[in-house]
Amino acid sequence: MSTTQMSPATGTLPPDEMLPPAEILKVENVTMRFGGLTAVNDASLTVKKGSITGLIGPNGAGKTTLFSIASGFLAPTRGRIAFEGGDITGVAPHRLAERGLGRTFQIVKPFAGLSVLENIVVGAFLRHPRRADAEAVAARVAARVGLGDRLDDPAASLTVSGRKRLEVAKALATGPKLLLLDEVLAGLNPSEVRDIIPVIRELRDTGITILMIEHVMQAVVSLCDEVFVLAQGAIIAGGTPQQVVSDPKVIEAYLGKGAAARLNRGETADA
Amino acid sequence: MSALRPYLPVIGLGVLLALAPLFVTSNVALNFLVFTLIIALAAQGWNLLGGFGGQFSFGHAAFFGVGAYVSAIWQMSLGLDAWTGFVAGTLAGAVTGLTIGFLAFRAGLRGSYFALVTLAFAEVFRVLSNSSEATGGAAGLLLPLRIGAQNLQFADRSTFLAFVVALTILVLLLVQWIRGSRFGAQLVALRENEEAARALGVDVFAVKLKAIGLSGAITAAAGVLYLQYFLFIDSNIVFGTWISVEVLLAAIVGGLGTVLGPVVGALALHGLGELVKHLAGDLPGIDLAVYGAVLVVAVAFLPGGLVGLFRRKPAPRQVRKTAPEGGRV
Repeated sequence: MSTTQMSPATGTLPPDEMLPPAEILKVENVTMRFGGLTAVNDASLTVKKGSITGLIGPNGAGKTTLFSIASGFLAPTRGRIAFEGGDITGVAPHRLAERGLGRTFQIVKPFAGLSVLENIVVGAFLRHPRRADAEAVAARVAARVGLGDRLDDPAASLTVSGRKRLEVAKALATGPKLLLLDEVLAGLNPSEVRDIIPVIRELRDTGITILMIEHVMQAVVSLCDEVFVLAQGAIIAGGTPQQVVSDPKVIEAYLGKGAAARLNRGETADA
Repeated sequence: MSALRPYLPVIGLGVLLALAPLFVTSNVALNFLVFTLIIALAAQGWNLLGGFGGQFSFGHAAFFGVGAYVSAIWQMSLGLDAWTGFVAGTLAGAVTGLTIGFLAFRAGLRGSYFALVTLAFAEVFRVLSNSSEATGGAAGLLLPLRIGAQNLQFADRSTFLAFVVALTILVLLLVQWIRGSRFGAQLVALRENEEAARALGVDVFAVKLKAIGLSGAITAAAGVLYLQYFLFIDSNIVFGTWISVEVLLAAIVGGLGTVLGPVVGALALHGLGELVKHLAGDLPGIDLAVYGAVLVVAVAFLPGGLVGLFRRKPAPRQVRKTAPEGGRV
């Protein structure tokens, strides 16, 4: 849970954390091309075990593509993904779920015809082959994300906020070590965001490492130990949230070239 | 006791069906019930793949026919007995299902593409069996009449009906069990959303294969029953498109992805068909026109099928049950 900036070399692990590796996920020089379009370009990042790591960037930067590669839904054109020290490049998503890598989808994918409990049970069945056990796990997970009183409701009846919680609950029920959250706060109003932030923090406190794509900066700053910024497919910055949001390269990626300089001038004029 | 509760509707319908051989005596009614339950059984196979798994096959005749032909050849050309023929036919259906499934699902075929491929398989089987000597060609195969339980041929129809009823109940129980199992949950999940299912650790390809294998076996078992009851098959009967249509109609009208749907749907459709035939007299094909009309009505007004009609009744109870919970929180 260290919040110090990542060192570029991997050999600087604290001795007491040599085994298991301190990095639960390592993306190395991943490139993804769709025909002539390079969605991800030589991107590398690491997620420290036990951390909440953020992945931010302007629309179309390739964040979700990078997620899809890390979770096995896409095989990268080039590069390598390592999970808990083992190469998982091109491994099928259901195998990764078995190994403890869970993900949610930006565009939520509830099993609309099923109840909330049944939705979560599908995830719980991964590690609990008996229905009674799976249902008990699912009910516990539902309570954790605040859906404890909606178990028998059809998933289709949930609000946007409820569906985001369900998305997290389903992934959580698979018992992941690393959870990839793709914009779980997008589309929620500020009070709903405030309600979910503690839920995410509580997940980390129970030992689940989290990598999250997020646009809601309030959440990124308050939750993340470390943030990577993806712009036009390349990682342009990494560090603590404070370092990243004041990085001129990041500001320019969001607001256009020269924006950082103009902002600085504006600040001094105001002062 | 609570573990048995999901089985209550199956047990209820099972008891009703089990009483039928005791009370139904007229040959017409017995014929009707046996034939309808054979279709219901085949539809149950279709429903496992199409209703629970969302993979709509338009060629379940392939399995029905493979079951019937394998069992017939088993007995006539190889001289083996009917009971092992029943098992062999059923297994052949499973193998056919696994083969078609392996090819279609590995290629990632879904929706109408999957439906067309299954239809193509059924048609190829029909054409081949119509011209091959091993299957009797266009003349078909006439199973020699050798009445006796060891030959799976019964002197009276009600005994055969009892056998069909027993098998139907067995398959109903199996499907009900599958519904509550991990395999069932994964099957329904991939019907609802394949990507989301994969993210939750569901091996989509393996689950689909399992489903089409089981589906093929159940439908093939129905094909064997058809052979044992009518003692005659030809390619246009057991590989005919009518079987593929009958089974999906029964499942859709009865209730897609429900355990009782195929049986209820087959009974309702055939009951209505017989009634109309009776009333309209000698108008040829009138029952088929009625099927069409019923399908349109079912799709338009009964998304849950006939079984869904009954399910709506307990709704107020559920509302009362959840209300205090909502209030407590």
